[in-house]
Amino acid sequence: MQPQRAMRASLVPGLGAIAAVTAYLIALLAVEKQPIIIGLLGAGIAGTFAAAWLGMLRPVGRSFAECEDALGGYAVLAACVLAAAFYDNHFVLLLVVTVLLYSVATLGLNIQFGYAGVLNFAGASFFGIGAYTAAVLNSHTAIPPLLVPLIGGLLAALIGSSLLFPVLRTRGHYAAVVTIAFALLLRTFLEVNDVLGGPQGMQVKGMQILGWSFNDNIEIAKHLELSFYMNYFIVSLLLLVGAFVLVRRLERSWVGLNLDALRLDETAASCFGLDIARWKITAFLLGNFLIGIAGALFGMVGGFVAPNNYTFADSLILVSILLLGGVGNPWGSVAATAIVVIIPEKLQTIQEYRFLLYALIVIAVLLFRPEGLLPRPVRQYFPGWRP
Amino acid sequence: MNALLQASALTRTFGGVVALDHLDLAVTRNEILGLIGPNGSGKTTFFNVVTGIYRPDSGEVVFDGMDITGASPQTVYRAGISRTFQRSRLSLPLSIFDNIVIGNHKHLNHGLWFNLVRRADLKRQFEANYLAARELVEAFEPELVGRIFEPVAGLPMIDRRRIEICRALISEPKLLLLDEPSAGMTHDETAELMDDILQVRARDKTLTIVIVEHEMGVIERITDRCVVLNFGRKIAEGPYRQVAADALVQEAYLGVA
Repeated sequence: MQPQRAMRASLVPGLGAIAAVTAYLIALLAVEKQPIIIGLLGAGIAGTFAAAWLGMLRPVGRSFAECEDALGGYAVLAACVLAAAFYDNHFVLLLVVTVLLYSVATLGLNIQFGYAGVLNFAGASFFGIGAYTAAVLNSHTAIPPLLVPLIGGLLAALIGSSLLFPVLRTRGHYAAVVTIAFALLLRTFLEVNDVLGGPQGMQVKGMQILGWSFNDNIEIAKHLELSFYMNYFIVSLLLLVGAFVLVRRLERSWVGLNLDALRLDETAASCFGLDIARWKITAFLLGNFLIGIAGALFGMVGGFVAPNNYTFADSLILVSILLLGGVGNPWGSVAATAIVVIIPEKLQTIQEYRFLLYALIVIAVLLFRPEGLLPRPVRQYFPGWRP
Repeated sequence: MNALLQASALTRTFGGVVALDHLDLAVTRNEILGLIGPNGSGKTTFFNVVTGIYRPDSGEVVFDGMDITGASPQTVYRAGISRTFQRSRLSLPLSIFDNIVIGNHKHLNHGLWFNLVRRADLKRQFEANYLAARELVEAFEPELVGRIFEPVAGLPMIDRRRIEICRALISEPKLLLLDEPSAGMTHDETAELMDDILQVRARDKTLTIVIVEHEMGVIERITDRCVVLNFGRKIAEGPYRQVAADALVQEAYLGVA
């Protein structure tokens, strides 16, 4: 009986945090008047600081460390509640789907940079490869669209593998420069390639499962119609859950240990038998695979893909999300993605200044919280495990 | 053949500097060999060449009947040689357990399927490794057992050294190379660490150790035999007392009177 009660006691702060965040997000997404939004954002920041000052965040952290599986389940439930609250609102649902799919992409980057230490400044390019794959396959082939994101992921990993040789031969900043070069090359290639639509880009047909078109609204009863984005919301949420579990299990295994070891000291790692190339390749391909899947699905959601959608600047945003959230912490990646995607969309007044806002946020985080909003905790192989 | 490790005519240069100059060095099974010599005499280079960090320019290294000349660090580790580093090379943000279990790489299952899907099997392997790491830590410093899942970043130098040695020992190597384990520690701490090493040795009498050290008290206390290097060459060999009395050795350390 005793351990059961201890479990339940530590579940409460986490549940409280999830409920508070969900309620806050629903309020933020519902209001449209700029002064109220600014007020809400200010209240959110002040509330977070107050909670930290009152020591309320520590039990939340412990609660997530102890019962992550259960809280993960509740977080999925919370996302569903959030989507249900906006069941007929195209704009909000699109925003939520964007957060989910960008989160998958940042989880991919997390494997590469957070664990293996391979900086990838071409994240948006691999996202774009997924989207272009969806554009081509959905229009010109009879491949079931449900398989298309998978193929997009595989193709992103495959094309990314052309970078393996230079990435393995160089270290740190130099490897990062290689990925920047790739991003520029890919964009130029897409712009001059007429088969892929050139600079105008291509249309992407939507997802279809067994004749169910994802791009039609869902009519449940006579006066109850759900936005068609609800389809994409469900698929994106499933994808994010899958990616999250994958990244979590990866970290909490010998593979995660190997990636950390080689990131921190390649020489020492070699002296204990680690095959550096094998693990860098594993991380790089796996990361691009996730990014590619998310990109393919995102292409279908948006219905359109062009070289300009996936530029070096977008890759930088993905990397800044990683830094903002806390490198190596998947919860941090998801939270930071929500912040970076939602705030500029809601703060229409600052639209033109969004890059300035990113810059300020990233500088502030690096200055005052260098390990990110949610710093990565020490590895626990099996949460709740006791010797 | 009684030599566990046999280096013959081993040479390694860095630009114009000859770090190892046709060095012949044999490590006998089950001994503790002290490797001494002035700064820059090639002791660490010898370790780095044996463990595959540097390739030798010429010469050969045979370990336990296997030619490991110019082999990769991974191959050398698999053959049964583990080491510590002169400047502590732990992964500071990782826990004590993580740092130690990295050393057991060759006994862990690294398949993606095993690690991601067969979590129950992984858990069994994790628990076995936890017990092994715990036993090692307990032998060195029982107080660290309760902190085994805390980052090593907050630990003092002596504990970091201990963890480095645990990391080298967990895979049960045949040969342990200790590169100046007393660097950066006080006299008392050094004495404590040497007690630990002797204790480990008492538990496993088949473990062969080569230790590079500047503190002659340590060398005198724990080694069976010494080899003295100067300018990458062996200038003396024998029990510590005999070597310390050697005129060539005194000249190398103190200069010509």
